[in-house]
Amino acid sequence: MLLLVLRRVLATVPVMAVVALVVFLMIRLTPGDPAAVLAGDNATLDQIQRIRANLGLDEPLWHQFAAWVGQLARGDLGTSIFTQLPVTTLIGQRVEPTLMLALTTMVFSILVAVPLGVLAAWKAGTWIDRLIMVVAVVAFSFPVFVLGYLLVYQFGISLRWLPTQGYRSPFADPWGFVRHMTLPALALSSIYIALITRITRASVLEVLGEDYIRTARAKGQTEAKVLFRHALGNAAVPIVTIVGIGVALLIGGAVVTETVFNIPGLGRLVVDAILRRDYPIIQGLILVFSLVYILINLLIDIAYTALDPRIRY
Amino acid sequence: MTDLALDVRGLTVRLPAGADRAHAVEEVSIQVRRGEIVCIVGESGSGKSVTAFTVMGLLPKGDLVPTAGEVLLEGEDVLKAAPARLRELRGTRMAMIFQEPMTALNPVVTVGDQIDEVLRIHTSLGPAERRAKALDIMGAIRLPDPERIYASYPHQLSGGQRQRIMIAAAMVLDPHLLIADEPTTALDVTTQAQILALIRDLQARRGTGVLFITHDFGVVAEIADRVVVMQRGRVVEEGPAEEVLRRPRHDYTRMLIGAVPGLDPEPREPVAGPVALETQALDKTYGAGGLFGRGRVVRAATDVHLQVRRGETLGIVGESGSGKTTVARCIARLVDPTSGAIRLGDVDIARLPERRLRPHRRRVQIVFQDPYRSLNPRRTVGASVIEGPMNFGLARDAALARARQLMELVGLSPDALERYPHQFSGGQRQRIAIARALAMEPEILIADEAVSALDVSVQAQVLDLLDDVKRRFDLALLFITHDLRVAAQICDRIMVMERGLVVEAGPTHRVFTAPEHPYTRALLAAAPGRGFGFGRAA
Repeated sequence: MLLLVLRRVLATVPVMAVVALVVFLMIRLTPGDPAAVLAGDNATLDQIQRIRANLGLDEPLWHQFAAWVGQLARGDLGTSIFTQLPVTTLIGQRVEPTLMLALTTMVFSILVAVPLGVLAAWKAGTWIDRLIMVVAVVAFSFPVFVLGYLLVYQFGISLRWLPTQGYRSPFADPWGFVRHMTLPALALSSIYIALITRITRASVLEVLGEDYIRTARAKGQTEAKVLFRHALGNAAVPIVTIVGIGVALLIGGAVVTETVFNIPGLGRLVVDAILRRDYPIIQGLILVFSLVYILINLLIDIAYTALDPRIRY
Repeated sequence: MTDLALDVRGLTVRLPAGADRAHAVEEVSIQVRRGEIVCIVGESGSGKSVTAFTVMGLLPKGDLVPTAGEVLLEGEDVLKAAPARLRELRGTRMAMIFQEPMTALNPVVTVGDQIDEVLRIHTSLGPAERRAKALDIMGAIRLPDPERIYASYPHQLSGGQRQRIMIAAAMVLDPHLLIADEPTTALDVTTQAQILALIRDLQARRGTGVLFITHDFGVVAEIADRVVVMQRGRVVEEGPAEEVLRRPRHDYTRMLIGAVPGLDPEPREPVAGPVALETQALDKTYGAGGLFGRGRVVRAATDVHLQVRRGETLGIVGESGSGKTTVARCIARLVDPTSGAIRLGDVDIARLPERRLRPHRRRVQIVFQDPYRSLNPRRTVGASVIEGPMNFGLARDAALARARQLMELVGLSPDALERYPHQFSGGQRQRIAIARALAMEPEILIADEAVSALDVSVQAQVLDLLDDVKRRFDLALLFITHDLRVAAQICDRIMVMERGLVVEAGPTHRVFTAPEHPYTRALLAAAPGRGFGFGRAA
């Protein structure tokens, strides 16, 4: 286990190096110039040129890259071109809402989807199963922003039950957090509920055909325990895989939701940075996202060994 | 209080619409007394397992429905029992063990916990008492080091140990009825002998009634007090074991017993054809080294010398892990041997690179064990049969014409070529697999457990077919099996393997009548029903 973690952490280094290079080149190959944005609409070419020189954007690419990598090695993601604030500070300010949104969404999705999937598998072929699957397809097909605005309209504007904009920290204002988080989490979770329900159904259904399920029944075990102890335990690996991929996608997928509900998270930060060609922020965020992906994959692999004693690395 | 543990009266179970017959079992009556072992014998589709599952109330929901009769467990009709009552009875009054100890245990739960589960469901004992009781039964089934095994997962145990765990979980609450559904079929012959002895012993000491389901008359001869023979859902004969085995009254019983090959083969003339296949010092090692030298090294086959002449059948006999399949796969170059020579005629193919090996591939063909998995389910039989010859340049029409001839040769109609594998029975599929191999016009045919998955009557037919095609095409036949009876029937010479080594080799008659190596003797001693003398009567 320790060996696995060690090997994977070491493997992270070359992966991150490649990510860094690709990100750096992609951004600079994309049309657009931060100096032009910074200078404003009425700036002369000369002014823009001066700003470029100030920012070091007129130096050769490899030179810029080397400087940036040098910063990275010291744990410094650079400074925003526009706000002049360190990128690490900016990310630090925005990370909580995104993380909380992702976490709430995932926990909620799992709590709803896994029992639904087990139920669908248990009742496979009946109207209950079909109903759950139809709902899942519909939920999966609804774009987040459509569902988001529908929820805002219904619960925020018509019924006035919940706030529709902004964010409250759960540490400072727990009740405010719940009220502000409900609608965005609902909107964002519909796709994940659909996805996890389907995976749970498929993998539980497969496990239900196994001999040890019959053995459990032959022992006189109750149906609920057969389903949740024997079937779900063995069906867990694919479900965890999907949940893990879901968490990774959520971090990126939060962009739209954060826009709809005006949540000051990483999604908003990255959108703003892209529009303004704020290179250091874009680069830093993508690096952080990549690191999160790698970390989640490692966690999934470790979870496998906990769930299935036959899996050893 | 009656001494009947189980009394099945006039049981009829309906099959779903569209099945090949209306009822899975029809008017079946079976009694099992306390302290008695009753064997239900029959081939696949005879309804023996359906009967057992009906007793346990474990029939798949909706598909199979009992429509008549009663199933009295010590006087209580389980067909009328409510689900909660049925759960109460399972594990306490009746228990069941299954065919596949590999899959019948939950792979992600320790085996101790799986025995414990029965106690948690049905008793109010505390954790310490439960553990003591579980360890107690594990001792009773003679598991070494119960403490260690208690904390093991199923994949860390051998097949025999797993089946012992199943038995422990079934017997821990001393049920009055134990249903055993082919519990030794998936086990090696020496393990099978141990498990049979264990069931016999436990049952006698605890006075359990056992309903033992099997297709194997050897096992019946070994363990049964009484025998019930089933065919197509009906009981065709029943009586004391001695009586049924020695003086079968029904034709079907006679056919089944007659189809069991004997263990005392006739001497055969040595075959004098040219040597088609020869291996010298063949070695196969798996998992050598690894990057950090951590890999476990398994010597699957060590220093194997063998020779097969055209027109000859060489049997490789051994238990699982003996290396017999590894040898076969090396010879067909499905795996690459680690060292040694494999000569087809005068060409050594052991180290040929794939490009130069290719022309020789057609010379060696394999028929695999599981006819349900060795044919691509999405391709027609015809497509599977002609694929090989067409790969070697035969025109489609010519290949099809040949495939038609082969179909007739293996006893199938030529229009079988247009159908899909799932439309055939196991025996028919194995015929198709043989036709597919023959389509390549091989010199050497390897049959890797090719009849092991088949019913005994079908098995006899496929063995005859193999023998027939061997003669007709003057093939060298390499016959790999764990089943001594089958080997005795078809092989000219026998090679016995144990843990990758050839421990004995010689003419079949000599190996069976005067085995030299202790392992060969142990194998022969473990063959079920050896005292009965199958293959002589009929």
